[in-house]
Amino acid sequence: MSVVTEIALEAFVLLRLGERRFALKASQIVELIAPSRVFRFPHRTTALEGVILRRGRIIPICDVSEQLVGKKLTLRRFYLIAHRFFGPQKEAIALPVSGDCELITAELTPRSESDLAHVAGWLSHNGDALEILNLEALTPGPLAARAANAFPHQPAEVRA
Amino acid sequence: MQAAAPSKARTPRAEQIILFRIGGQLFAISSASVQEVRSVDSLTGISQAIPTTSVRKVRHTVRRHDQTHYVVNGTVHFGLPAAAASLVFFLRHTPTALLIDGIEKMTTMTYLQALPQAFCHEERDWYRGLTPLDQTVIPVVKPEGFLSTEELTLLDTAVHAELKKEAKGSAEAPE
Repeated sequence: MSVVTEIALEAFVLLRLGERRFALKASQIVELIAPSRVFRFPHRTTALEGVILRRGRIIPICDVSEQLVGKKLTLRRFYLIAHRFFGPQKEAIALPVSGDCELITAELTPRSESDLAHVAGWLSHNGDALEILNLEALTPGPLAARAANAFPHQPAEVRA
Repeated sequence: MQAAAPSKARTPRAEQIILFRIGGQLFAISSASVQEVRSVDSLTGISQAIPTTSVRKVRHTVRRHDQTHYVVNGTVHFGLPAAAASLVFFLRHTPTALLIDGIEKMTTMTYLQALPQAFCHEERDWYRGLTPLDQTVIPVVKPEGFLSTEELTLLDTAVHAELKKEAKGSAEAPE
């Protein structure tokens, strides 16, 4: 007797940062856009480099490449606009990416306790195991600010 | 036949703002928050140096209408490159006199977006929000964000201590 296991497939968007690829749940993605003018003003959230104006809305830009691949992107081909939750509220955030994005369906493998905080899970695609990103852990927000304040010896950088 | 009721199109609430520069950077402030604009030169003779405190952005006070105003160096506050200030804004409802490079223009803002929550440090106290204007994005400052309650307490304490010292010195001076 054969046992048929039902596999729950989910939709993900694969994004490229340098040589590596990562995944985000497709439900979090708003759109993929060409780089546009970055507006900068003084602030102390070092992970943010400014904002872009998209259809009358102001969206912060968060380059996560340094955290994920160890260096800033030199080539930016697109901004991936995704939703990031702040408690019950969600806001758009622009992630610079260095290549085309791809929509796929795959099976999610849950994260384990030993995974880094930014890993929401794993998926397998074309023989590669890809991290599914947890934007709430990866991008700045009130929780990240509280953690940073716990280590006040690290000087805050001002971008302008 | 009845005429169709006029549609209730939402008219955006307009607010008069002043665009100004600090350290070359463009900011906006509600014109209702600015009590007076004066040239920096006009402060000569009426400003007083205050003792060094941990509030590095304030080095002088100005006494006007029985109130002490703390002169805030905007470039130090925002961490911008030093620039020569030519004007000073005396702000309403806060004892702040803000040094600025100059005024760009007065205009009207019809839309103010709250600062995105990803901005999660001191800037949340600095800005009311961001406004898109003429194909650019301008931060709209909070008048009360230039000096926190803690900073005001420190400055008040330093100024009162100085006044006490001066009063004691003049009482002890031989006639």
